[in-house]
Amino acid sequence: MPTKIEKDSVTGHMTTGHEWDGLKELNQPLPKWWVYIFYACVAWSLVWFVLYPSIPWFTGYWHGSLGYTQRTAVDQDVAAVVKQRSAHMDRIKDLPFDAIRKDPQLLAVAQTAGRIAFANNCQPCHGAGGGGNVGYPALAAGNWIWGGTLDDIQKTLVYGIRSGLDDARQSQMPKFAADGLLKPAEIEQVADYVMTLYGNPGGNTAAGQKLFADNCAACHGDKGEGKREVGAPRLAGRAHLNGDTRDAVVGQITNARMGVMPNWNTRLDIATIKSVTLYVHGLGGGE
Amino acid sequence: MARISQTDRLRQLEQEEAGQHLFANRVRVYPKTVHGPVRRFKWAVLIFCLTLYYALPWLRWTRGPTQPNQAVLLDISHERFYFFGLEFWPQDIYYLTGLLIMGAVALFLVTSLIGRVWCGYTCPQTVWTDLFMWIEAKIEGDRNERMKRDAAPTTFDTVWRKAVKHAAWFCIAFWTGGAWIMYYVDAPTVTVEFWTGVASKEVYFFTGLFTATTYLLAGWAREQVCTYMCPWPRFQAAMLDEQSLTVTYQSWRGEPRTRGKRVEGAGGDCVDCGACVTACPTGIDIRDGIQLECLNCGLCIDACNHVMQRTGRPQWLITWDTLADQAAKAAGTHAGFRFFRARTAIYLTALVVAAGAMVAALVMRPGIGLSVQHERAPLFVRLASGDLRNGYTIKIVNKASTLATFELSTLGLPHAVLTETDENLGPAVQLGLPVKADAVGTFHVFVSGQPGILRDGSSPIDFVLRDTATGELTTYHSIFMGPNTGGHN
Repeated sequence: MPTKIEKDSVTGHMTTGHEWDGLKELNQPLPKWWVYIFYACVAWSLVWFVLYPSIPWFTGYWHGSLGYTQRTAVDQDVAAVVKQRSAHMDRIKDLPFDAIRKDPQLLAVAQTAGRIAFANNCQPCHGAGGGGNVGYPALAAGNWIWGGTLDDIQKTLVYGIRSGLDDARQSQMPKFAADGLLKPAEIEQVADYVMTLYGNPGGNTAAGQKLFADNCAACHGDKGEGKREVGAPRLAGRAHLNGDTRDAVVGQITNARMGVMPNWNTRLDIATIKSVTLYVHGLGGGE
Repeated sequence: MARISQTDRLRQLEQEEAGQHLFANRVRVYPKTVHGPVRRFKWAVLIFCLTLYYALPWLRWTRGPTQPNQAVLLDISHERFYFFGLEFWPQDIYYLTGLLIMGAVALFLVTSLIGRVWCGYTCPQTVWTDLFMWIEAKIEGDRNERMKRDAAPTTFDTVWRKAVKHAAWFCIAFWTGGAWIMYYVDAPTVTVEFWTGVASKEVYFFTGLFTATTYLLAGWAREQVCTYMCPWPRFQAAMLDEQSLTVTYQSWRGEPRTRGKRVEGAGGDCVDCGACVTACPTGIDIRDGIQLECLNCGLCIDACNHVMQRTGRPQWLITWDTLADQAAKAAGTHAGFRFFRARTAIYLTALVVAAGAMVAALVMRPGIGLSVQHERAPLFVRLASGDLRNGYTIKIVNKASTLATFELSTLGLPHAVLTETDENLGPAVQLGLPVKADAVGTFHVFVSGQPGILRDGSSPIDFVLRDTATGELTTYHSIFMGPNTGGHN
């Protein structure tokens, strides 16, 4: 509380009348224009207060005379971005892949759109950047089961694998134990032979080799090179869909795991699917 | 609040006592025109600074057909800064840091040696205020005339003089704002574009902004910028000590003040004419000693010398001196100016070190730039052949004004094979990567190979880049990753 306003004998200034434990504050007046600017700011804030959402009430809040909400602002921004993108996305939808790849700017848009759509939809199974997981192919490595051209990838994306659609990629490996096709000992012999196909030293695998020729070669090829027409993975390589340990091989022959990839035609538009196709193709494994 | 002359002080006290407590009307300062060596020096500095500012953008510098020919250009839209023969890219931003450090230390050094000469002579606020005051005096007359005019009822003469003054101020402010823009875009081009109405919105906006700030700060705000807005006067006291040269009233010589005819042996040299106060652009009384508002411009020296000469007293009653020397002189002795003190030695060392580091960095600036970023998603993939493959984002800086091809190869990874997907280059042990003139080329390079030893899933790899035109080599150290299997893969 201001007490006594007096003249300071040393400086000749007036005091403000404020005193703290004997310390008195000298009055060093601010220029008036300074305080007018402060009043102008207060007035402006009142205008703002009326124009925009401000004070909460018991049942809601003052919405502001401009009707501004952050939700509609975001919706408008999103709509603007979609409109801005549509010029490019429409061209991606209409043009064949060759034409898109010849246009560096359009390709950059497609790869960016593809990267984002991939991260939102594909990454949980196929891994960031298409690094792959057990049971989910490494798209970046190029170990294609159904083919790695742009058209192959687009078809897989559109219809999926074992997705239930008529046009889906369809293949079936028998469950050799459950279906009674091979005995457990025979399965182990086949597994030992299969492992020699990708560089593991094997002992006497003649029995396994014969069983492989009779049971597996029809789909996987005589030397385990795989057959894309029927979606049979290549076995004679260092990259394996379901793991390359002996346990993994025995397990797959005994009770084959047949994964499912959904059809994306009902979830993503054509331009986005083509973008994802271009992105996946560019991950390093495209053909 | 500025410490002010006695008449003004009285006026203010009356205001305070009348109940206007916490806010005061600004006490308008009417500086009187002075003549003398200090004023002449200040004019010379002013002319030099303004000429530099207005003329520099028009200076041309030949750099080749693809680059701008303006000597000093901060080309923000193309992310380049041209300074005569030097060209800076955004990644050279640390030179700006170095320059700011040098600027700060140089300011400290100069202040500790000769006080606030930056404020008094070269600060843009001072320079433009000085120029505006000169125009004011030319049109409205000197101090007394202006005070009389403002106190008297408005006449036609006052109105047209003030109108002409503001028009002149505005023209200079506009010229200043326009010159500012020319440091960012080509000066002749933007001048034509500005007047034909086709310049960008930013050009008009910033020209307007700096026109407004120049007009307001130099025309209206003046010494209030220094007193109320600028932080420098608040902490400049930390740079000053008793050995710093500052504008000083020699009170041992001047006191006690005597008005009227000089009586030999009685009283000091100060005749209390107030010339030093009326000359002061911030409206203070230098005889109160060193104070926050004092810009160290020394115009009071010229004013006082003139009076001393006329009254037959020795000049330089107000002079540049140190507090230590003043104390010695008051005691009848003399103390010399000590240039080297711990403070100045430290500032000087810091300045020399910073300048040396800047020059060294500039001289050794590489003409070739390579950065390699290992891609982390995925860290690696295993190919059907058993080889591991890693992806890298390679950025190559081509500072030449022609397209250049750079040869990229690796060291340290057995059987390394490189592939670039966007440009369809490779697979090969060495890639030729083309980069456009004056640009950064970005490439996605896959390296596949069979690392001998993977320690904690990682193996060192070096990327070697060779400029095929100059033969210049640069190396970037990175890593090649694989499964963490405890030694084999």
